[in-house]
Amino acid sequence: MFSNHKYIAFETIVIREIRRFGRIWLQTLVPPAITIGLYFVIFGNLVGRRIGEMGGFQYMEFIVPGLIMMAVIQNSYSNVVSSFFSHKFQHSVEELLVSPVPNYVILCGFIVGGMARGLAVGIIVTFISLLFADLEIQNLFITISVVLLTSIVFALAGFINALFANSFDDISIIPTFVLTPLIYLGGVFYSVELLPPFWKFVSALNPIFYMVNTFRYGILGSSDVDITWAFFILFVFIVILFTSCILLLRRGTGLRT
Amino acid sequence: MTIAISIQNLAKTYANGFEALKGITLEVEQGDFFALLGPNGAGKSTTIGVISTLVNKTSGSVEVFGKNVDAHVYETKLDFGVVPQEVNFSLFEKVGDIVMTQAGYYGLPRKLAAERCEKYLRKLGLWEKRNDRSRTLSGGMKRRLMIARALVHEPRLLILDEPTAGVDIELRRSMWEFLTEINNNGTTIILTTHYLEEAEQLCRNIAIIDEGKIVENTSMRKLLSELDSQVYILETTSQIPSGFDLNLDNASLEIVDEHCIEVTVSGGLSINDVFAVFSEAQIKIDSMRNKTNRLEQLFLSKLESND
Repeated sequence: MFSNHKYIAFETIVIREIRRFGRIWLQTLVPPAITIGLYFVIFGNLVGRRIGEMGGFQYMEFIVPGLIMMAVIQNSYSNVVSSFFSHKFQHSVEELLVSPVPNYVILCGFIVGGMARGLAVGIIVTFISLLFADLEIQNLFITISVVLLTSIVFALAGFINALFANSFDDISIIPTFVLTPLIYLGGVFYSVELLPPFWKFVSALNPIFYMVNTFRYGILGSSDVDITWAFFILFVFIVILFTSCILLLRRGTGLRT
Repeated sequence: MTIAISIQNLAKTYANGFEALKGITLEVEQGDFFALLGPNGAGKSTTIGVISTLVNKTSGSVEVFGKNVDAHVYETKLDFGVVPQEVNFSLFEKVGDIVMTQAGYYGLPRKLAAERCEKYLRKLGLWEKRNDRSRTLSGGMKRRLMIARALVHEPRLLILDEPTAGVDIELRRSMWEFLTEINNNGTTIILTTHYLEEAEQLCRNIAIIDEGKIVENTSMRKLLSELDSQVYILETTSQIPSGFDLNLDNASLEIVDEHCIEVTVSGGLSINDVFAVFSEAQIKIDSMRNKTNRLEQLFLSKLESND
């Protein structure tokens, strides 16, 4: 397959993915905006006033980066896992498998589709947050790069989940029992400086903790983690997950008999 | 003659130990209209699955137009299109989008993809439905959509896994005409079907697969010539006189009613000899058809001899 053919195939997958979540915007774009808006109202505005400062910032300012990142993570993941599993469920994934599209093009198409939804929801949530807090981005490069890399990581994770999933239950288990606890314990609502040493150590094992804090650094200029180390962790996760996806696609795990 | 597809010693054992294919060998020439027949579970769909890479083979090799499917996976996939047995497109997408998306997977630029999409949707009577969600299509339309989708990159080889299953007679006939047309235009076609009449009408060569083994692989003409006897139903415009007899060796008749007669011909006797007797008796024949499908008789005898 020539390079321009591969590009057309890639573009086709991306457009189809964007069209899919755009078609069902009431299920994909509106609910996260409402949920995160409620977090701003309840935790940021009502409870946050009583909390006062966190990590040297007003509580509302402190939680805004974490909530934006939470929206990006959840939506990048859920777009890929639900879309790819849906293709498996309806057997329409066979259209792709029979066609001459290389595995890495298939994977990249779904990653970009997941990123697109993650970023779209992230932008919506950012606009909502402006109703509650004044945001001044301290480091635009770090802010954008960490959000892009994080959405790649969770799009890849969603792809692996979809490959192994055999039922709709299987695509909700990981988000419910793994992803949500990791996000909530990843420093979205509190600074790890408040935690005792043991729980500080446990937090350091949570990759989402680095993503949330690096994003917070980009917006507020303050973080609980070393930024270089956080980017290193992100790159390592991307390499491991991307390689795993390619190997699973080559073996045909969950796809070929 | 170029070989469109060459299958050598293909074997497939599923994880549960079921041997779906037991080392089948098969060749289909370019331009052929080839039938792969067999009862349920014989290995037809597994064979198509291996060719289209949806099923991982246990051993053996598959070449498409001289290129090994494993070694040249992307080049070989450009050469064939597959119409599966079950509907396998997204039921939430529009008809036109499904075909356009498939064209995109094959790297067709948007303008060319749009032209091909219109061409094949028109040919298959789906152009008016292009903006409808695919779930609203009838069963026959869904099958035609899968054919349009498989043809959008204009493959040299088209593989159809029971394309007319559940399709009404009128639609089946129109699909036969369409498939014959694209075959006449040079596309090699491999067809699996349960309708033996379909294979007999359309295909030049045939393989019968049973329990994962090829039990017959020959031309349709040669296979049909193996029949010992054939039974014809003749409808006449003039009344058949009572006591009418053919008085021919190797032919017998049974009068069904005064305008219908059943003739059994065997032992190399030509049907023309029968017509000559009717002509002599000034009985005009209006129509003639086989009482039972000829291929069906042979198909069953091949399966019986494989048991």
